[in-house]
Amino acid sequence: MEWTKHLLVVPILLPLATGAALLLIDELRHTAKALVSLASTVLLLVVAIALMRMADAGGPGALSSSYAVANWPAPFAIVLVLDRLSALMLAVTAVLGLAALVFSMARWHRAGPHFHSLFQFLLMGLGGAFLTGDVFNLFVFFEVTLAASYGLLLHGTGAFRVRSGLHYISINLAASLLFLVGVSLIYGVAGTLNMADLALRMAQVPAEDRMLVQAGAAILGVAFLVKAGMWPLGFWLPPAYMAAAAPVGAIFVLLTKVGIYVLLRLTLLFFGSEAGELTGFGGIALLWGGLATLAFATSGVLASQALGRLAGYSVLVSSGTLLAAVGMGDAAVVSGALFYLVSSTFGTAALFMLTELVERAREPGADLLAVTIEAYGEDGEEPGEHEDEEVGVTMPGALAVLGVCFGCTTLLLAGLPPLSGFIGKFAMLTGMLNLDGLGSTGDIPARTWLLLALVILSGLAALVAMMRTGIRTFWAPLETIVPRVLVVEIAPIVALLALCLLLTVEGGAVIGYTDAAARSLHDPLSYIHGVLGTADAGSGTK
Amino acid sequence: MELTLALAIGVLTGSGVWLVLRPRTYQLVIGLSLLSYAVNLFIFSMGRLRVGAAPVLGTDGAGSPADFADPVPQALVLTAIVIGFATTALLLVVLLAARGLTGSDHVDGRESR
Repeated sequence: MEWTKHLLVVPILLPLATGAALLLIDELRHTAKALVSLASTVLLLVVAIALMRMADAGGPGALSSSYAVANWPAPFAIVLVLDRLSALMLAVTAVLGLAALVFSMARWHRAGPHFHSLFQFLLMGLGGAFLTGDVFNLFVFFEVTLAASYGLLLHGTGAFRVRSGLHYISINLAASLLFLVGVSLIYGVAGTLNMADLALRMAQVPAEDRMLVQAGAAILGVAFLVKAGMWPLGFWLPPAYMAAAAPVGAIFVLLTKVGIYVLLRLTLLFFGSEAGELTGFGGIALLWGGLATLAFATSGVLASQALGRLAGYSVLVSSGTLLAAVGMGDAAVVSGALFYLVSSTFGTAALFMLTELVERAREPGADLLAVTIEAYGEDGEEPGEHEDEEVGVTMPGALAVLGVCFGCTTLLLAGLPPLSGFIGKFAMLTGMLNLDGLGSTGDIPARTWLLLALVILSGLAALVAMMRTGIRTFWAPLETIVPRVLVVEIAPIVALLALCLLLTVEGGAVIGYTDAAARSLHDPLSYIHGVLGTADAGSGTK
Repeated sequence: MELTLALAIGVLTGSGVWLVLRPRTYQLVIGLSLLSYAVNLFIFSMGRLRVGAAPVLGTDGAGSPADFADPVPQALVLTAIVIGFATTALLLVVLLAARGLTGSDHVDGRESR
């Protein structure tokens, strides 16, 4: 069992090596590149599942493992930490990465250079951000993710994409600067960057420096809230996500979840039960910010005409719900929120991929890809040759399959019973109404009722908006255009939806896992001792 | 020393924020660069400022580690400079592409009326 702890570094090294190796393969050998990338992502998924089992193996509340990369004792050098939350996020990353990659293999990966390398670097950045145990490496992995996402957003070019790419890059550069200011302020006061060590020192910060720590944490929080798209910091999100190519949009859904993940981890670690005077700092801001986001995104969902924009606002709905749930700071609510996170991530990603296929049924020949292939200059080709280029098995009964997938996505986003969206929301709402455990009779504050109403209203809005689009697309046209849909395009969508069905069927086990994750998050001492205690010299690489 | 540094950071940040809010892409790039200089100086200052101290060792032999400047912020600044440099270069490419595709150097791709 000695070697298994080295698995912790695989989610970072594997995509890095694959992405670098893919640079060496000639750009014209699409199939070879795609196969290497696919093999690496499948391997990543296997490793992520192994890590998840590892994380769940330790008793309830126990931190599973930390890994000293350079074999220095914990507070001094880079440390990777695996617990249930990070393992869960890694698994979601791998599943979503695989789905988006398979989808892109139909044709998007040929629309520009270095798609697969950028995609692997994005996976590396995400893996690193979920595993890292210190704040500065979080910045580094964040930047890796962002740099790859800049390239991916521009993938396929076109004026619309470049223009939204310009906005996206500028806003994220500004947010990164805020991140740096926050990190250095916290370092200036506490003198360490290791998350566990920081959490330990929060209680010892002298009263006159407490304001500096709060300022640093608030600035750091703003940087992540920009990523998560909290109102009023999230106006950039719908246009940027709408402009991205469909598989890129699907994987971008995870980028907002990185912001949520970091907020969840850092607020509960730094300002959790061990923080003394600072306990609970920022919770109210997150709660009200989440409520505002939810209200804004709900009206956005209702107002959206284009399906891509609707998908963008659905990302914001999910962010708002999660932020408010994090702000509640209760273990049962967080557990439901984690379940909701997984299910809404899969649902929204499926919607992004579905959007492209459905758009194909709405306006034939006018899709963006035709324009991009022209702009990218696959020279000397007649328009007719594009048809031959799309080799692959075409889906029979495409419209029916698309309709069923669209219906399932609607159920997921609206949070209606047969699929997992319902369980996530139900678990969250149950937690909110029973803050002292089931059957409690304590007073429920007004803001909880507000959140409850908004969560349910946002589901209703999603239902209305999706049904309107669905009727217009599948039922209203007198002459239906049957879109050309390849099996590799519909397969990842069906797989994601099937996974959500599996989440429902195995709901008990999944809730058990998220419960344990939420409990260990609310017990910062286990994290602190796990990192500072186990990572003595000699426990890392030998 | 403290006042000089604080003024420098303040002036850089102020000009940077003003330029970032301007509508031209060139102003945006210069604004983001100025902001990143300000942030780099700020990180550096978090290692505490000391005037007239020996760089590594004083003349009287080995001193205590407490006399040295904190190396961590310097390492952070180095990383931040490299990353900021790379992303700004990428932004410049996108600016040129946007200029070519939209025919305007306005950040929205068209002049506001």
